[in-house]
Amino acid sequence: MIDYFYLIPIALLLGVIGLGAFLWSLRSGQYEDLDGAAERILFEREDAPVRQQRLSGPE
Amino acid sequence: MDCCAPDADAAPLDRRTNDDELRLASRDIGGGLRQTELAIPGIHCGGCVQRIEKTLDKLPGVMRARVNLSTKRATIHWRADEKSPPFISTLSAIGFEAHLYDVGADDKDGTLAELLRALAVAGFAASNIMLLSVAIWSGAEPATRDLFHWISALIALPALAYSGRIFFRSAWRSLRHGQTNMDVPISIGVLLAFGLSLYETLHHGPHAYFDASISLLFFLLIGRTLDHMMRERARTAVKSLACLAPRGALILQTDGTNAYVPVNEITPGMTILLAAGERVPVDARVVKGQSELDCSLVSGESAPQHASAGFLLQAGTLNLTGPLTIVATAAAKDSFLAEMVRMMEAAESGRSIYRRLADRASRLYAPVVHLTALLTFVGWMIETGNVHQSLTVAIAVLIITCPCALGLAVPMVHVVAARRLFEDGIMVKDGGALERLAEVDTVVFDKTGTMTLGDPQLAGGDTVDCEALALAAAIASHSRHPYSRALAAEGSRRLCPPIALSGASEHPGSGLEAHAGATVYRLGRPEWALANGEPKFPDLQLASVVLSKDGRAVATFSFEDRLRPDAREAVAALAADDLALEILSGDREEPVRLLASRLGILHISSVSPGGKARHVASMAAAGRKVLMVGDGLNDTPALVAAHASMAPASAVDVGRNAADLVFLRESLLAVPQAIEIARNAAWLVRQNLVLAVGYNLIAVPIAVLGYVTPLIAALAMSGSSLLVVANALRLRGWRRTRDRLAPLRRLSAVPQTPLGSTR
Repeated sequence: MIDYFYLIPIALLLGVIGLGAFLWSLRSGQYEDLDGAAERILFEREDAPVRQQRLSGPE
Repeated sequence: MDCCAPDADAAPLDRRTNDDELRLASRDIGGGLRQTELAIPGIHCGGCVQRIEKTLDKLPGVMRARVNLSTKRATIHWRADEKSPPFISTLSAIGFEAHLYDVGADDKDGTLAELLRALAVAGFAASNIMLLSVAIWSGAEPATRDLFHWISALIALPALAYSGRIFFRSAWRSLRHGQTNMDVPISIGVLLAFGLSLYETLHHGPHAYFDASISLLFFLLIGRTLDHMMRERARTAVKSLACLAPRGALILQTDGTNAYVPVNEITPGMTILLAAGERVPVDARVVKGQSELDCSLVSGESAPQHASAGFLLQAGTLNLTGPLTIVATAAAKDSFLAEMVRMMEAAESGRSIYRRLADRASRLYAPVVHLTALLTFVGWMIETGNVHQSLTVAIAVLIITCPCALGLAVPMVHVVAARRLFEDGIMVKDGGALERLAEVDTVVFDKTGTMTLGDPQLAGGDTVDCEALALAAAIASHSRHPYSRALAAEGSRRLCPPIALSGASEHPGSGLEAHAGATVYRLGRPEWALANGEPKFPDLQLASVVLSKDGRAVATFSFEDRLRPDAREAVAALAADDLALEILSGDREEPVRLLASRLGILHISSVSPGGKARHVASMAAAGRKVLMVGDGLNDTPALVAAHASMAPASAVDVGRNAADLVFLRESLLAVPQAIEIARNAAWLVRQNLVLAVGYNLIAVPIAVLGYVTPLIAALAMSGSSLLVVANALRLRGWRRTRDRLAPLRRLSAVPQTPLGSTR
């Protein structure tokens, strides 16, 4: 019985981390170009999504 | 061979983009930078991406270029204080056709992101509550059960508030207008299930339906998100097509300088300098210059028209050969285009409002379900007199009948159908369009640009003398008049020996002149090419071109509009489906009759834009369900008036936006294909509705008798949802029209008249 007291919070925490990771990746534009992302691993250039680059500003 | 080897000889498109227009279509993003979006339909693979990005990055002034392979668009940041870099010409030099994509038109669509976030939250909540529920179903002790109910409630409440608001909002909007839609029973069911469960939890009851209410939301959100993605994809694909309407025009100011002015700032009386290859921005009158005009998108007229001083131009007409100085006679809001938009609005208000099948079903469904729940409550009250028990059973009825399957039954089929059509290059704007398309019994075609490609081809084919053709082709290669292009194309197709000429020059409105030694060749209008007194050729027609040598005729050429590929097959397939066919054209009687008789369908010619809309509306009034297929500005009111509408990718911007479906490939087979898939989809939707209702017929008696536990509710709901989704997926396996039409195509491939023998 006592096991629940830490098992359930751990399970929920893991779920929340997953949810947070998804929302973060959505916000940072990682789903904008799914086809392109698959190709870009072969490029040598930097390959962060546009959205982030815009936030950090040019140069 | 490289997959993205470009076709380098792609004819230069009729419209060039200049610095001012580029600036007008870009957006200031701060920090002295501007952002431009280009649609580049030719991107195929990572190699293309790399090449385009490298090339653009090298341009002076470009800070960053990023290609999106999924949307086939490039985002470029460039320094605003400099002249805009020549993106489009640079890209066309490496073989990619590009055109401006309007960023200003709409900012990033927030609905999809909202749906995805709601879906993620609902998914998280549903999976966690389900896990806790499994423990309860397996027979947890009362204390543990209560604890798990409390945890479930704590997870469900925020998830319900966050993810459910999409449904609540829509249900509330519809209720406020005194209507019901699918979201009303959904909202009531979910909220009551949650309320009852909360009450049970507070009173240490054994049954809570948190899992049912949240997984219901999750399933419905999946359907809704897919539906939205399908519409969004079609919308952006249509928006990525080249914008045909000019964004502005070069104005000659009173002080003699030129300025580039956006279209809606042009006022009557302004003098506009219209270069060859540009479209007329507003209604105007020619004051200087000679040229030829392509009115095919405006009036449906296929033959180019000659324009000189005094000629009145309608907005949207394409100037082909020479520069013109024109004076605006109307502002953009009073121009031909704006008039068409007003006629479209009139046609829209005249058309009966189409209610989507799901909404019609829910109008029947919601009262029946709510009445059943009420009767159950009353029945149990009479039988037992226990309010709590009666209420529990009544709410269980509502939960079990909650239109989960019904809410998925329709959108899932539409999503799968839209995906099939998308693969064939046909974009569907929304699911309602598919339902309407399936009901169609009459197809009305426009002629120029729809049945034909609006692109002339040399008539007579192989009977034309090769030597004369070689000469004509050599001269014609110096012009981009459609007739010249047709001659040059025919010359290279027949592999006529090239002929060396010197000093070819274009005389706008008349033709081309070239020299070979002392001999003067002229290719153009008969009255210009032939010396006075030269006896006229017997077969001289209105739409023909003469090749003359020192004023004496050598050969005449006549042209006809090229039939769209597979037009015959498409017409045959539609006729085989018992659809009534008709051509409705604004062009002159003769070419329309010729084409209609070759295809064997009815025709009406010289129809005004308003006449087209009235014709379609009168057919609708007679009970016909009309599919209008058209591309021109003059077709747009009819597109809106029709029950369903289709437009090719080459259509004017307004037409593409007004049409329910847009097909991107040249083949006219898109029309029968779309109708077939829409009909299959309609059939599957009906099957799915029957499945959903059948499920209710079994489940409702169980619920009314009070045997439903949360476990049964969860099983029944997911079971019925999976069933309708699986049924919708069957649409993918249906045989393609193309394969089925293959024997038909072989049949018609043998006897072909020149009109059809394009390739």
